[in-house]
Amino acid sequence: MAYNDKTRGMYSEILTGLKDAGLFKQERYIHSAQAADIEVEFPSGAPLKKVINICANNYLGMSSHPEVVKAAHEGLDSHGYGMSSVRFICGTQDIHRTLEQMVTKFLGTEDTILFPSCMDANAGVFEAVLTKDDVMISDRLVHASIIDGIRLCSAMHDTFKHSDMEHLEEKLQLHNDKRLKCVITDGVFSMDGDTARLDKMAELCEKYDALLFVDDSHSSGFIGKTGRGTHELCGVMGKIDIITTTFGKGLGGASGGCVSGRKELVEMCRQKARPYLFSNTIAPPVVAGVIKVLEILSASTDRRDKLESNTAFWRKGLTEAGLIIKAGDTPIVPVMLFNAKLAQDVSRDLYDEGIYAIGFFFPVVPQGQARIRTQISAGHEIHHLEKALEAFKKVGKKYEILGKSKQEIIERYGM
Amino acid sequence: MDEMQEIIKAYVIKEYVEDDTELTYDSPLISGGIVDSFSMVSLKRFLENKYKISIPDEKATPDAFDSVNKICALVREYVK
Repeated sequence: MAYNDKTRGMYSEILTGLKDAGLFKQERYIHSAQAADIEVEFPSGAPLKKVINICANNYLGMSSHPEVVKAAHEGLDSHGYGMSSVRFICGTQDIHRTLEQMVTKFLGTEDTILFPSCMDANAGVFEAVLTKDDVMISDRLVHASIIDGIRLCSAMHDTFKHSDMEHLEEKLQLHNDKRLKCVITDGVFSMDGDTARLDKMAELCEKYDALLFVDDSHSSGFIGKTGRGTHELCGVMGKIDIITTTFGKGLGGASGGCVSGRKELVEMCRQKARPYLFSNTIAPPVVAGVIKVLEILSASTDRRDKLESNTAFWRKGLTEAGLIIKAGDTPIVPVMLFNAKLAQDVSRDLYDEGIYAIGFFFPVVPQGQARIRTQISAGHEIHHLEKALEAFKKVGKKYEILGKSKQEIIERYGM
Repeated sequence: MDEMQEIIKAYVIKEYVEDDTELTYDSPLISGGIVDSFSMVSLKRFLENKYKISIPDEKATPDAFDSVNKICALVREYVK
């Protein structure tokens, strides 16, 4: 037997090492539907606890929206549970193409192709459209799934300093001899909640004849006046060559993703992207749910408007309480604690107060930038946010961090 | 200290150091997390343009790029 005691011991040692380093991820079991109010079993075997969730990507509160749940039920009844096939054999239903056309219209692009997840979209897209004669120039803080996609592609890869447009321009000049240049960024960066400067990037891409790629997973549905994404916010709709996004966050919260953009590039993905060719696509009930989400969001901006006002309330409340947050106006609001142990202690104490928020620390964020990442939802009511603010104030007072500067917190707790 | 060491050190600082990290000629660049392996591409292209050389891909390893001194040694192999 290959999996002998020695092999088992080797893996046990690695896992123990993760635990000792404080890097072991422990899952918490939620017994309710995803929403602002959830019931959690943590640690495993503990009695259920009712808490307010402020760390989900459920930006628009669609995860358990009754109309979406109903549409998914109807999709299950009419189109079945699964396809038992990849798209190009016998795995494409009418609703898959309907959803692709709806996403195209919603994002203002030329065409769209669905993927099992946005992780898969990012893993497949670069290899499908670029070759070793090309170069990919990415922001240094892009999401891990983009980095994996870049690794799978034979094109040369270079980076530019986070949101540094002068540096990007230098890189575009440096690589001007390449057949194609592709500039790669997140729309909203998931750890800091800041927004890419897509207007300037589109201008540079035009000047240097480069393609522009944006992962708008933390934007689609709510960033921009009508929630179309970062390209709407920056006034560059129609100028982004490739947008990838997810249906696992604002656009429903279940699963699935897509590549949307220039029709030839989308077609290249349909012909060549390996996660598309070798995996079943999104299951019919989920497709039906996402179609309903897009119908709701196309008919009214009420939910993204509520998210915007909730976010403003939350950012103002945390700032007035004397906590340090990352500047910006997106619903990703990191509360900076700088020290990893402090972030874990604050998270634990918040949970005791009925607030579910997770600490992030190295290697997920750079050393010395530990934080609690809070995420606001249109599913939150003001009373949820008020209770969460009270908890932050109580815990912040306990650790004597309210009104303290970064320097003072680091002096007391270390990096 | 020679001119090549200074030029390469200055480039690394400008390109990769975003805080007040002090850099010596022997500071571990890649194993120390200052330069990520992806960003070696622009460093290689800079060296090739600056010194009019061509460094074979198989020689541009993370180990060969791991300090200013190691980079200097690599460049000198190809400078005529």
